[in-house]
Amino acid sequence: MTFIAKPKIDLPGQKRNDLGLTQRDYEGAMSTLCAGCGHDSITAAMVQALWEMSISPEQLIKMSGIGCSSKTPAYFVHGAHGFNSVHGRMPSVATGAVAANRDLICVGVSGDGDSLSIGFGQFGHVIRRNLNMLYLIENNGVYGLTKGQFSASADPGTVAKKGEVNLMQNINAVATAISMGASFVARAFSGDREQLVPLIKAAIAHPGCAVLDVISPCVTFNDHEGSTKSYAYTRARLHQAINTDLVMPQSQINVDYQEGEVMPVQLHDGSTILLKKVDADYDPTSRPSALGFLEKQRSLGYVVTGLLFIDDDLPEMHQINDTTATPLKDIPFEKLNPGRGALKELQKGLK
Amino acid sequence: MPATQSRINDFVLKIATVNGTGSASANGLLMKALFRMGIPVTGKNLFPSNIQGLPTWYEIRANHKGYMSRSGRVDVMVAMNAQTYTKDLEEVSSGGFLIYDSTWPRESSLHRQDITVLGVPLSKMCNEAFSVGRVRILMKNVAYVGVLAALMDIDLEIITTLLQDTFAAKPKLVESNLQAIMLGYDYAKENFTCPLPVRAERMGDNAGHILIDGNSATGLGCVYAGATVGAWYPITPSTGVMDAFKAYCHSFRTDPDTGEKNYCIVQAEDELAAAGIVLGANWAGVRGFTPTSGPGISLMSEFIGYAYYAEIPSVFIDVQRVGPSTGMPTRTQQCDIMLCAYASHGDTRHPILFPANPKDCFEMASTAFDLAERLQTPIFVLTDLDIGMNDWMVPELDWDDSYRPDRGKVLGPEDLKAMDRFVRYLDVDGDGIPYRTLPGEDAKGAYFTRGSGHNRYGGYTEDSDEYQDVVDRLLVKWETARRLVPSAVLSRADRKTPLGIIAFGSSDGAVIEARDKLAEQGIHADYLRLRAFPFGEEVVDFLHEHETVFVVEQNRDAQMKSLLILETNDIADRLVSIRHYNGMPIPSECVVQGIASHIEKEAAA
Repeated sequence: MTFIAKPKIDLPGQKRNDLGLTQRDYEGAMSTLCAGCGHDSITAAMVQALWEMSISPEQLIKMSGIGCSSKTPAYFVHGAHGFNSVHGRMPSVATGAVAANRDLICVGVSGDGDSLSIGFGQFGHVIRRNLNMLYLIENNGVYGLTKGQFSASADPGTVAKKGEVNLMQNINAVATAISMGASFVARAFSGDREQLVPLIKAAIAHPGCAVLDVISPCVTFNDHEGSTKSYAYTRARLHQAINTDLVMPQSQINVDYQEGEVMPVQLHDGSTILLKKVDADYDPTSRPSALGFLEKQRSLGYVVTGLLFIDDDLPEMHQINDTTATPLKDIPFEKLNPGRGALKELQKGLK
Repeated sequence: MPATQSRINDFVLKIATVNGTGSASANGLLMKALFRMGIPVTGKNLFPSNIQGLPTWYEIRANHKGYMSRSGRVDVMVAMNAQTYTKDLEEVSSGGFLIYDSTWPRESSLHRQDITVLGVPLSKMCNEAFSVGRVRILMKNVAYVGVLAALMDIDLEIITTLLQDTFAAKPKLVESNLQAIMLGYDYAKENFTCPLPVRAERMGDNAGHILIDGNSATGLGCVYAGATVGAWYPITPSTGVMDAFKAYCHSFRTDPDTGEKNYCIVQAEDELAAAGIVLGANWAGVRGFTPTSGPGISLMSEFIGYAYYAEIPSVFIDVQRVGPSTGMPTRTQQCDIMLCAYASHGDTRHPILFPANPKDCFEMASTAFDLAERLQTPIFVLTDLDIGMNDWMVPELDWDDSYRPDRGKVLGPEDLKAMDRFVRYLDVDGDGIPYRTLPGEDAKGAYFTRGSGHNRYGGYTEDSDEYQDVVDRLLVKWETARRLVPSAVLSRADRKTPLGIIAFGSSDGAVIEARDKLAEQGIHADYLRLRAFPFGEEVVDFLHEHETVFVVEQNRDAQMKSLLILETNDIADRLVSIRHYNGMPIPSECVVQGIASHIEKEAAA
């Protein structure tokens, strides 16, 4: 198998975004994943979201670890730099890149093995740092490339393709993220693009580490009867807690809403996340409420989706560090080097 | 009184104390006072991996000829720790002196006829003079400075000035410290014949020199090199590098009005993450580095291999400590040479720089970043605990304001405009180094960085020829590296000789002194100090020019000797290993004995 470039076709009359780019301009190489893979739907949603947000391709960086999920950054926005790093270590590389250039828009794509097993530590610490990025987990409950072993997100009682039953507890990405202090936590389903696209957009607009866990069935190893991450199982048990929309800074909010039904969350860049409550007793700004709701729904066998928690005021890494607004990469050497005189002066204290 | 040779400005003063009792400032005071008297001086801190309560030693060597290594002698021992008294007594060289706290009786069975033992009731005097318990302990340690000032003619005026400098903000502390010093000073003057034959004598002002540890110099070097991202996980003995980087950045790189920083230090969750942050930062266009020690390099190895294959500039500073495993974290070795030279799985090899002292550390920091960006590969800077954490006297650091960093082959939007198409891993110039672009600049320069198989265009591949094409080109780059790294420094003997010595890093001082001592015995050897790996032609020439080459290093397995054999041809039979690996900095005596006994043995055979 080699690298397959996707032919770029320019059709007359294609819709263009504010940058004059078509959706095609946000595509990447041809996917080499299995036909029907949930990950490809997420890639398509990513293309749509980035195009709709009119993000300059060169401003984007696409980071990933290892696994099926981590291949996907090759499949969107060919005009962006990508970094397919080592297994479970995408967050650290993303940290370095964003440290160097805070103007970059950082999209990290990971999987359940990549984030909840080998990379569990880095997952936790990038949340702790609140790095300004979209941290997307393509969650299918299995290791695909090594042929179907359970991952850490496999639910207790789920059955593997060869019949083995998982008896261990699962690591719940969203509950973990909320309890670790994440500033933005959402869950979606790869089969529901209407919900996924606005969540991706809200996550990118959010100034901090936005964790987006997307249930993304593995058609080859985890889509059978008895699996709790199959298309059928997930569809039957989806419970949308909240409906999300992102309104860009320059747009008007044209929503008719009644008090208590829609919560606007104003972001620092001027955009607004509109949260329409589906479940009346759900409060996405309260950590205990979010965790309690998740736990309750889980015990009932539901997969809760939507923007589950948001705290837009938590400082991100550069705010915590008090880094200058100019990307470090663009600061001229003359400004970084103290010079000969300063060195002479400083050494007076070393005698 | 046992016979003692007069040793003016040529002595080793060793102080045995308990860590956490403030002895570090007393010892620093002594060292700086000798420095200001113009006597070349070095200080070695021998400390436990512990915060409070375990034995610690400080060894000051003063030497008018400027020898910087340990000598293997102890002329004056201050035995403040009853726990180690027996060992400390044993260690004093014949004819030497031992000073102890005579407040409590010593074990009567412990005595030596060949040294002079002087008792000073330090605790008693301090308990009478000071009321607070903690102050009494601290002052007891300051009081021995006074005893030594009297016994060894260390300038009291200089000591007073130093105290005033140190406690400029707290004049009360100057007063109490001086009081303690005078307690010791007066007692010694009244009870002993002062000065001893082992003593100091003003010999100049050490103009043009400073006292600095290697970690501070490395951190400062990174500031001067223009590094902006530092990622690290705390580990002894490298922590001082980031402490220094942070402190110097704070003074030089913080906007005085807004408090905004033009640097970003990330204390990572572990060394794996620290390495990842360094890769990400350099990939995105800044100079990023991580200081660590052997265990950290083990953890970083996966990323190091990635950086080698995906060709990402990165700087790894390894302040070596004693291994294997956790080993002895507060002791020194040169034991990570093999680990760094070939770090990570698969075919990998990495350039290494070997600073020999703090001045080298400062200068080699910018060399490391220049090489990393020019060669687009990980660069290792191998120092060790001896260089990193001990106080060295070195010539003043200098900086050339015309220096500009070598950012290597980076294409910007202007360059890209002139090109039809950008590809990442093509060797256009024949030096094995491809061009790179930075994210955030131009969609035309976009590429996908991967550790999986890739071809010269940057595309994914599992094609045999395409794979081999790239790894063979990396060998071309390795040859370029060989030309770019600092060459070894040759010091010839004053006559033609079939003997050569190869050493590097903190073994340098011991070799310099050993060569002089060996010459006095009629053994003359040329000396080649390695400054980098890969080895240049001058190293191969040196090996071929000499019948016997002694390789001096501080590890058990003769790692540098092995590396020389692996990387050069047909020289194994002429290499003789001189090794020192007990965790203490190598003394010159070890080199003298090693070489002299080999020559004796050969002569007998």
